[in-house]
Amino acid sequence: MINTEVGQQQGRARRVVRDAWAMTTRNIAHVVRSPEEIAIYFSVPIMSVLVFGYVFGSGMMVPGGGSYREFLVPGVFAMSMLYGMGATGTAIAYDVNRGVVDRFRSMPIARSALVVGRSAADVFRALLEITALVVCGLLVGWQWHRGVGNAVLAVGIVLMLRVAITWIGIYLGLVVPNPDTVGIIVFPLAFPLTAVSNVFVAPELMPGWLGTVAEWNPLSATVSAARELFGNPGVAGDAWVSQNAMLMAIVWPVVLTAIFVPLAVRRYQRLSR
Amino acid sequence: MTDLAIVAEGLHKRYGETAALDGFDLPVPAATVHGLLGPNGAGKTTVVRILATLLRFDSGRATVAGYDVTRDAAQLRGRIALTGQYAAVDEILSGRQNLMLFGRLLGLNKRQARQRADELLEQFDLSEAATKSAGQYSGGMRRRLDLAASLILTPDVLFLDEPTAGLDPRSRNRLWDAVRAVVGAGTTVLLTTQYLEEADQLADRISVMDRGRVVAEGTADELKAVIGEDRIEIVVHDVADLAATVELVGRLTATEPDVDFDNRRISAPVADRITALTDVVRAVHDHGIAVEDVGLRRPTLDEAFLHLTGHSTIRVDHGQMTPSHRQEGAIRP
Repeated sequence: MINTEVGQQQGRARRVVRDAWAMTTRNIAHVVRSPEEIAIYFSVPIMSVLVFGYVFGSGMMVPGGGSYREFLVPGVFAMSMLYGMGATGTAIAYDVNRGVVDRFRSMPIARSALVVGRSAADVFRALLEITALVVCGLLVGWQWHRGVGNAVLAVGIVLMLRVAITWIGIYLGLVVPNPDTVGIIVFPLAFPLTAVSNVFVAPELMPGWLGTVAEWNPLSATVSAARELFGNPGVAGDAWVSQNAMLMAIVWPVVLTAIFVPLAVRRYQRLSR
Repeated sequence: MTDLAIVAEGLHKRYGETAALDGFDLPVPAATVHGLLGPNGAGKTTVVRILATLLRFDSGRATVAGYDVTRDAAQLRGRIALTGQYAAVDEILSGRQNLMLFGRLLGLNKRQARQRADELLEQFDLSEAATKSAGQYSGGMRRRLDLAASLILTPDVLFLDEPTAGLDPRSRNRLWDAVRAVVGAGTTVLLTTQYLEEADQLADRISVMDRGRVVAEGTADELKAVIGEDRIEIVVHDVADLAATVELVGRLTATEPDVDFDNRRISAPVADRITALTDVVRAVHDHGIAVEDVGLRRPTLDEAFLHLTGHSTIRVDHGQMTPSHRQEGAIRP
């Protein structure tokens, strides 16, 4: 009896993984079949590096000194993770709007497969983005200074943020019924979050209260941690949250994921109302 | 007692103030095709969504393939397939990638999924378009791909929700052939449609649905016995002749004709087209009734409704001359 139960448990666990993997490969196939979409998608972060690095960069100050472009690139990594929310949300909303989700839901597959597969595929896509940004960064004079191990760790920290953001995006895509609307509402959400953070400007240079908001911005923790691991300029402020950026770069994504995974899953199950 | 593949009893489903289903009953014997015929908004899609475990209902009971649709939903999903009103395929993936994805999700390994995908592409005449994005398929091709995706594993029960809505006649005929091929394999099919002809072509039995409930149920022949395969329609010149003409047409066709008083139009189902036409034309001529128009035509779904429900799908058009034309449940055996 117990053996059968264990067998069933194992079978179910294997099925959850298998179904999520099938969905992941589906979403990756989407990327492969529509490269023009990803090209447009890459253009925003790459443009940010160029515009901020060369146009505004000459007027920018880095606390503690150092190259502004070296300061900027880890910020753009995190920024592009945030903007990925739009693509995730749109893709989910599009699926739900089409009959294809009805087909998935009427099939004997794990309920989590669609959302987990979306999250996994978008993290994979983020890896492509980061690769493109690393190349772009190297071209404008950015480098990692503390060895490959720390650089890989920094990328891991950035990807952790992306995991959290895919779940926010999935929730958004399930709440907002229209795929076009999802894409539109992400910008007014993401733009102030990027501006009021340490992505482009050090919070110490902002008015007091705004600086505090910027320091507590989850994006800032990831950016500070990445700068530290890459050995890029940008001395952290005196506030507790800035002094513990590495810790917060892990805590923030974990907390956000823990909030938005159940919200998204519950929302997905409520499609049957 | 025959095995019932689908049983729905007293299903109720409300969306706010609107009752989408209002005491819906449906028994479907295994390995038969059952047509659910009704206009937009009758509740057909709601029924399919409930039976395919996609939608909860407020009260009633439903089992499909022996499984309770609520309690045993997880097991039931392994036995059913759904081909929706809107082609439920991934539009970015190719036809083959779609079938392989669904095959993988159904537990086939990569090689099996690939093999089954190629068989189905061949069977549904999609081999040439195998690598094209489904988004670039024509409407008919997409419906065929959708149907193919439902047949990767042979389902016990297949739901076809308006499978040919919006297709041209040629594509429709091809899809019908595909559906007929499926039925031989022992699969029970629940088909929803707005077309009388489609139900007639495919279904063993037909339930006519109106306002969330079944208003008539029977074989296509039983339905036709009430609706009439063809109708004779006659428009008299003078309203004074209307009563006499109704009496004549009624006697010659052995029916109670529908009367559109405002347009002085009388229509009645006919068994033998030409005999009926000749008889009626001769009779009105003999009685010296001036006629503006007379002809034969196929019944519309609207007329079927008028007969079965006493109200039209488009407008309520009570015939003052024949208040008893309502034939509630007349064909329920």
